[in-house]
Amino acid sequence: MIIEKFLNKWILFFLLLIPILGFVLEEPYYITLTTKVIILGIAGIGLNLALGYCGLISFGHAAFFGLGGYVTGILSFHALNSELMFSWPFIASGSSNMLVIWPIVIITSALLSFIIGVLSLRTTGVYFIMITLAFAQMLYFFAISWPNYGGEDGLSIYMRNSFPMVNTMDPTTFYMICLFWLLLAVFISAKLINSSFGMAFQAVKQNEERVKSVGIETFKVKLLVFIISGTITGLAGSLYTDLNRFVSPSVLNWQMSGEIMVFVILGGIARLYGPLVGAAFFIVLEQTLGVYTENWQFWLGLILILEILYVRSGILSLFEKKLKYEK
Amino acid sequence: MTSILFFEQLLNGVQFGTMLFLMSAGLTLIFGVMGLINLAHGSFYMIGAFSAALIAGLTGSFWLALLASLSGAAIAGVLIEIIIIRRLYRRDHLDQVLATFALILLLSEGVRWCFGAFPLFLDIPSNLNGTLPILDNLIYSKYRLFIIMMGFLIAFGLYILITKTRLGVRIRAGQNDRQMISALGVDISKLYTIVFALGASLAGLAGAMIGAIQSVEVGMGEPILILAFVVIVIGGIGSIKGALIGSILVGVTDTIGRIFLPEVLKIFMEPASATSVGSSIGSMLIYILMALILIIKPSGLFGKN
Repeated sequence: MIIEKFLNKWILFFLLLIPILGFVLEEPYYITLTTKVIILGIAGIGLNLALGYCGLISFGHAAFFGLGGYVTGILSFHALNSELMFSWPFIASGSSNMLVIWPIVIITSALLSFIIGVLSLRTTGVYFIMITLAFAQMLYFFAISWPNYGGEDGLSIYMRNSFPMVNTMDPTTFYMICLFWLLLAVFISAKLINSSFGMAFQAVKQNEERVKSVGIETFKVKLLVFIISGTITGLAGSLYTDLNRFVSPSVLNWQMSGEIMVFVILGGIARLYGPLVGAAFFIVLEQTLGVYTENWQFWLGLILILEILYVRSGILSLFEKKLKYEK
Repeated sequence: MTSILFFEQLLNGVQFGTMLFLMSAGLTLIFGVMGLINLAHGSFYMIGAFSAALIAGLTGSFWLALLASLSGAAIAGVLIEIIIIRRLYRRDHLDQVLATFALILLLSEGVRWCFGAFPLFLDIPSNLNGTLPILDNLIYSKYRLFIIMMGFLIAFGLYILITKTRLGVRIRAGQNDRQMISALGVDISKLYTIVFALGASLAGLAGAMIGAIQSVEVGMGEPILILAFVVIVIGGIGSIKGALIGSILVGVTDTIGRIFLPEVLKIFMEPASATSVGSSIGSMLIYILMALILIIKPSGLFGKN
């Protein structure tokens, strides 16, 4: 664990170094690529709270990621066309200001995770995995067949949403915004995990019956974790739309849920920086294998399987010094 | 006129349902006996379709192609079970989901590597081409009727296999208590391989039969895999009867919903918005159905708690 903390400091240092590196090498592409890693890492950090620390295997986090993405896309779509979003029950217009968009994304994601959570948490085990998947698929098909916002073709926004005083179209500026959110997500996770509430939801993962028997209402605990988890992932979705200036139903697809899950497991489940490392590994692999072969997914699949069969506890565990009495 | 359309769509729904049954029967057996969530089940559907297209291209015979789909998927199933899946039975659901998710990537790209990215086509044999009059004004595709018939035949075959044969006794025993039957001297790992191969071959057959109506391409298995999961969750995981009823329910709901929901909504709304709202809700309908059933019965219609 001590080594992991040491490693986390290096990860942070490296993330701060990236903009300088990109500037010196005159390769803004690396900055954009790292931004993608950070955003996907945030999505994973969200899922990790539910999946890693509380044992809620959600196979539907694409729902939140996609919702955040679509809310952002739709708001800025209306702002750019200067159309009203709706005029009943109150008049609402779009917005392309991140400071307006983020609270709306946070509220809608929290609301969606509340609804999905209340319904899904009645089930356990495989049924929970499948019902979360079903909710995400519902949104996916809805996005495909709803023609107002691009349907299957997705929705393009021509300008990245704005942030007061800075130019978000500059890769380094946008990178810093995403880095801020990453640090906040890590900070919130760390605070939660070490709080008494955190003790409760980590205990639920180990033995729910026992937690119940000491008088904790586990349903409420799980629901709250699920809402926080979904909200963080939703925010990542908002940033992802801004990064690509495009949102399409593929962010709601079950493969997206699978990928977010892969980030968490690949990096190491229930580790603070695990999802970030997992996302980085995934993206780097995609980029490097993509250069050599068209069939990079084949090798990705192979590496994943080997990782699950033999490494088991994620990349970060490779750096952990085994104590003598551990095997 | 509407009743004719309704019957036709009903038959389409049943046809879709029987194919879903072939997929979900294997999935539910594999889960029931080995406790494995197999996301890669859709890949066997794809492998079956590709083996069929390959053999049909070489020999020109549809029947040999169907045989090839069964055996191709079964062989792939045995190999994958022995090399990878076997190590996952003792793992938790999370590892299984992830490993089989990775397996999808591996198998899809592997098939794309061998066959290229272009879709292949499988021809329906001439004696199943064309239509058959069923009722006065109702004519229906012979091939789709053939699919429905095959589906029910296989459902019956599975019923006999599970309830009347020695293998079936072992499978049921495996569902009840894995440790006990291995203690009683049944070679459990062989049983697992057989069950896995059986599931894979059923999926392969479904892939070949649907491949003849649609096209045979990489990634064809995943949409139907998700639907098969919906089916087994609705029916109750591990129950073949649940899989059959769930499949028909999902097949019919999906087909009928997509066609008739916009029509029904037109009564209350203006036509343009009725069409868009109807078609979007129509495509979500089975997921809504699943969510409702799970909320009322958290372990599915025929699942045991």
